[in-house]
Amino acid sequence: MSSILKALHFKPLDGVRIVVWSAFALILLLMPLAAQSSFALTLLCLTGIAAIACMSYNMLLGQAGMLSFGHAVYTGLGTFVAIHAMNKIVGGWWVPMWLIPLVGGFAGLAFGALLGYVTTRKAGTPFSMITLGVGELVFAAALMFPEFFGGEAGINSNRTGGSGWLKDMGLTFGPQIQVYYLIAIYLFICTAAMYAFTQTPLGRIANAVRDNAERAEFVGYDTRWVRYLIVMASSFFAGIAGGLTAINVEAATADLLHGVRSGGYLLFTFLGGVGFFFGPIIGSILLVFALVVLSEFTKAWQLYVGIIFLIMVVFAPGGFSALIMLNLRRVKYGEWRKMRWPYVGMFFFGLIALWGFAALVEMAYQIQVAAGSGTALTVARIPLDAASTSSWLIAVAVLIAGGVAFEVSRRKFQRVWNEGEEHIAEAIKKAEAAIV
Amino acid sequence: MNLTIKVSAIAVTAALTLAGGMAHAQNVKVAFIEGLSGPFGGVGQNQLNHYQYAAEQFSGKNANSGVTVQIVPMDSKGSPQEALALFKKATDDGIRFITQGNGSSVAGVLIDAVNKFNERNPGKEVVFLNYAAIDPDYTNSKCSPWHFRFDAGVDMKLEALTNYMKDNKAIKNVYVLGQNYSFGQQVSKFTASMLAEKRPDIKIVGNELHPLGQVKDFAPYIAKMVAAGADTVVTGNWGPDLALLIKAAKDAGYKGNFYTFYAGVIGTPAAIGEAGTDRVFQVGYWHPNAEKNALDATYTGFKYRFKEEFYTVATVNAVKFLVAAVEKAKSADGLPVARALAGMKGKGGSGEDIEMRASDGAMQQALYIMQWTRAGVPGVKYAQEGTGHGFKTVRYLEPKLASMPTTCQMKRP
Amino acid sequence: MEFFTISLLNGVSYGLLLFMLSAGLTLIFSMMGVLNFAHASFYMLGAYLAFQVSEWTNFWVAFVIAPVLVAILGGLFERVVLRKTHKFGHVAELLVTFGLSFVILELVQLIWGRTPVDYKVPTVLEGSLFKLYSSSFPVYRAFMMLVAFAMLGSLFLVLKKTRIGLVIQAALTHPETTEALGHNVPQVFALVFAGGCALAALAGVIGGNAFITEPGMAQAVGAIIFVVVVVGGMGSLAGALIASILIGVAQTFAVGLDWSFIGGLQTLGVTVTPETFGYPVWKLKISQVAPILPYLLLVVMLVVRPKGIMGTRDE
Repeated sequence: MSSILKALHFKPLDGVRIVVWSAFALILLLMPLAAQSSFALTLLCLTGIAAIACMSYNMLLGQAGMLSFGHAVYTGLGTFVAIHAMNKIVGGWWVPMWLIPLVGGFAGLAFGALLGYVTTRKAGTPFSMITLGVGELVFAAALMFPEFFGGEAGINSNRTGGSGWLKDMGLTFGPQIQVYYLIAIYLFICTAAMYAFTQTPLGRIANAVRDNAERAEFVGYDTRWVRYLIVMASSFFAGIAGGLTAINVEAATADLLHGVRSGGYLLFTFLGGVGFFFGPIIGSILLVFALVVLSEFTKAWQLYVGIIFLIMVVFAPGGFSALIMLNLRRVKYGEWRKMRWPYVGMFFFGLIALWGFAALVEMAYQIQVAAGSGTALTVARIPLDAASTSSWLIAVAVLIAGGVAFEVSRRKFQRVWNEGEEHIAEAIKKAEAAIV
Repeated sequence: MNLTIKVSAIAVTAALTLAGGMAHAQNVKVAFIEGLSGPFGGVGQNQLNHYQYAAEQFSGKNANSGVTVQIVPMDSKGSPQEALALFKKATDDGIRFITQGNGSSVAGVLIDAVNKFNERNPGKEVVFLNYAAIDPDYTNSKCSPWHFRFDAGVDMKLEALTNYMKDNKAIKNVYVLGQNYSFGQQVSKFTASMLAEKRPDIKIVGNELHPLGQVKDFAPYIAKMVAAGADTVVTGNWGPDLALLIKAAKDAGYKGNFYTFYAGVIGTPAAIGEAGTDRVFQVGYWHPNAEKNALDATYTGFKYRFKEEFYTVATVNAVKFLVAAVEKAKSADGLPVARALAGMKGKGGSGEDIEMRASDGAMQQALYIMQWTRAGVPGVKYAQEGTGHGFKTVRYLEPKLASMPTTCQMKRP
Repeated sequence: MEFFTISLLNGVSYGLLLFMLSAGLTLIFSMMGVLNFAHASFYMLGAYLAFQVSEWTNFWVAFVIAPVLVAILGGLFERVVLRKTHKFGHVAELLVTFGLSFVILELVQLIWGRTPVDYKVPTVLEGSLFKLYSSSFPVYRAFMMLVAFAMLGSLFLVLKKTRIGLVIQAALTHPETTEALGHNVPQVFALVFAGGCALAALAGVIGGNAFITEPGMAQAVGAIIFVVVVVGGMGSLAGALIASILIGVAQTFAVGLDWSFIGGLQTLGVTVTPETFGYPVWKLKISQVAPILPYLLLVVMLVVRPKGIMGTRDE
């Protein structure tokens, strides 16, 4: 279908694979040690959940080339069904609390089967438009049925309810750390399951449908059926993420279904990179960072995220994961050392230009949004005054000077980079020749 | 400042604090958890301005005891999930007071989180100052000893409104229109039941709910009102849904009156403007043209500084009550302040006696029925948002006329 | 009768506004295959620029200038950004416009603030055109209909009768041949994109003051114009026109209908009580779901006729 979605081929050695998965497990296990506060732990939990959601999104976008604007429908409905199940547990159901995410998963699957039947009638761009419409429909319906969705206030629950031998041993899910490990375990299993899914025949056919639907059709596959199955599988994992949200937040509200959230999954999955399996995990880290951390620093965070997204789509459509892998490839072929200074130059001038740009944006925001609390502000610790002309002139001058220097160093970088690419291409050719 | 002076300064401050008890120059942090970016960021920022101005005017050097309220803004983007994360951050930072108001969804999640946190962390109790989430459930079935609401609940506002409508013999056919979510549904339910009790002769000729924020064109709704012969419309709509409704009414030449709750919220006066002249009414606890206005200086000062309207008196009351409670409790911890807040009395925006009722944590205060009309005539001193229009008092209802019984069964700690 | 006539007029005029909004989107999609996610953002930009220009001069100047300004901005965006992503395929093009919608929203808030601006209908067009018993039909709505028809007519003339229109149609189906004949195809694309944006802006100019000009206005119509395009049949202008009017009229009349399933079931002899399973669904009145009817229509259309009203391809 399109070249940006084609996986850049990188085959880890078999030994490497074991190391990578063990390291992943180890990181998940040890992460809480780095979290010094309950806020940091909360961020970790949010990131874990977002990682499952973004990976499930990438089953659509990366694997099958389906750009959905309505993924939050499945995570959100998963949360709602899960929260009702939790309340049933509190009311005396026998299901243990740690199975709740699976309840969410099956809810996601059911809604995927229902709504996916409609959305997958079309592929490509029309599919995107339809998911947007269906997303609006579900969100509007959520407010119309307070009996199930709890209206604006949503539905609350208590994760410490229920019974079972695990609970008798102290696993009440009251402390956040227990919730974290529940999320971590689900994250690990879901990651493994989704990775395995990419290796199944269905996962491979999805790639074929993405790359060339017509040919896949000629070979004898019903592409609509493939899309439908992928949507259902993706919704199942999305539902698990929703179920974990139910346990983590102990509440479900209609905003979980909103299009803004769907847009967020799309945006950050893409930023993380759709071409690699681990891309969405990077995306989820970026998502939590932008939504919870960056927004504390600057009121203009949405503008920055939007501009970064635009730049990435145009210049690095593989996302951050592709950037990482391209550089790793350089390291592998011994081409990275040449890049050091061009990188330093580019980043140095890039940061200067960025400061100039950020200063302009922040001053504009200060005037537009927060003029009542004064016009003084600091950008990266440098004091500015949005009311003085000199501050504006300085910012413009820095932006122009930094921008020009950045462009010069970027061109140099591009040259060195392209040379490196040629060398690598030659090296690969030689290696192939040697095998023959 | 060299090191010795610094150290001695700290020592002196510490000694003073110990000697003078907790009340001296006490700094009380309040986490303001609200959507400051995204679709409702404009309202959130406006409310933050209110709070910061209120803290400046009614605490610190302007309070007798010197108790300073410091507002710590936190951007929840209107999402309950992020509000919850920020609540954790606030408790991490040792903040004992949180405030929020825009959106009952966030308020509900926060009340629940505060309850759970206080249960699991005795000695570190957090108090929730709700300044605008007016779901009556929060002072009835879901009431909490840690939650104090400074706005009037939907039920109280409708009690006041129907008390006014009861005496207005011109009202014969009422049409109720609302956004289809909890608030709109409550307005619809309470209006019908209260009117049936107070004025059984009034006919409810329509009771309509539409999806929140989905209607682009309100002309069909106006056509329906005309067809039903409605002379009065009661609507819980806010934001674009309200402004579009009023504009459509004007375009279609519809002559009925609109009784609303949120015509004064930032941006709405500008959007309604001329279209709402004399036909839009609002029920609220204060407006700048009130006869017994106790906050005239605050209104003009705020408007001068921020170029925005001042209307959320609940922020001023929250700051005043918090300062008084800290003074009374001689502590800035959650539990003693919560005890002091329960049943605390004070003066409201019209100089009336207000009380934070102990039984449910609902502020008992006066309410106004006000009319949107041209500024300049007697009773309309200030125009809003440069529209040349402002609010005029139609009826002042003292606290007992707007009071509602509660079903709250909580036990205060 | 009064209700019927007024509702019909309301429905048609609202439908025509929807058509103005979706015409540009359809045009760009059918010519370039690009789904412009930021289309509604250009609509918003048109409204805001019209507000600004009319503050400085008057409405009629804004009526002409604002679409031109937006066309220039759209053309620039196509040249500088969109063209670069062409080689990555349609998904990348869609993503880049998705990113643009974020940036436009933030910039609009940065320049004009986050609350509605006071963009007024000019005094000449205020008041009612005629009165029907107790309801009146506003002049401005008639003006909206007039502009929509004028736009439809000129669009038809430009595409079918002028040289540039023929080149556009040729570039659409046979880009290489058209290029070989000496026409600058990329420039034609830029022109089409700019034109599509101008149409959105024109809708913004006349829609912004009829409704409200505020930062949420793009998101409010974004989904609905997609529905129009899908229901009408991807890339079909005639389909978009039919779908718009269908949606406008259906929505308007639905508001007037207080039927619900309960009523229907009762005539069949089934009694429904609050205890009946699914009661919240049965008690919903048609008037309550009117605003989301377009989405329901979308679902029904996809199940019954996936290619849309005037669509040619069943993807």
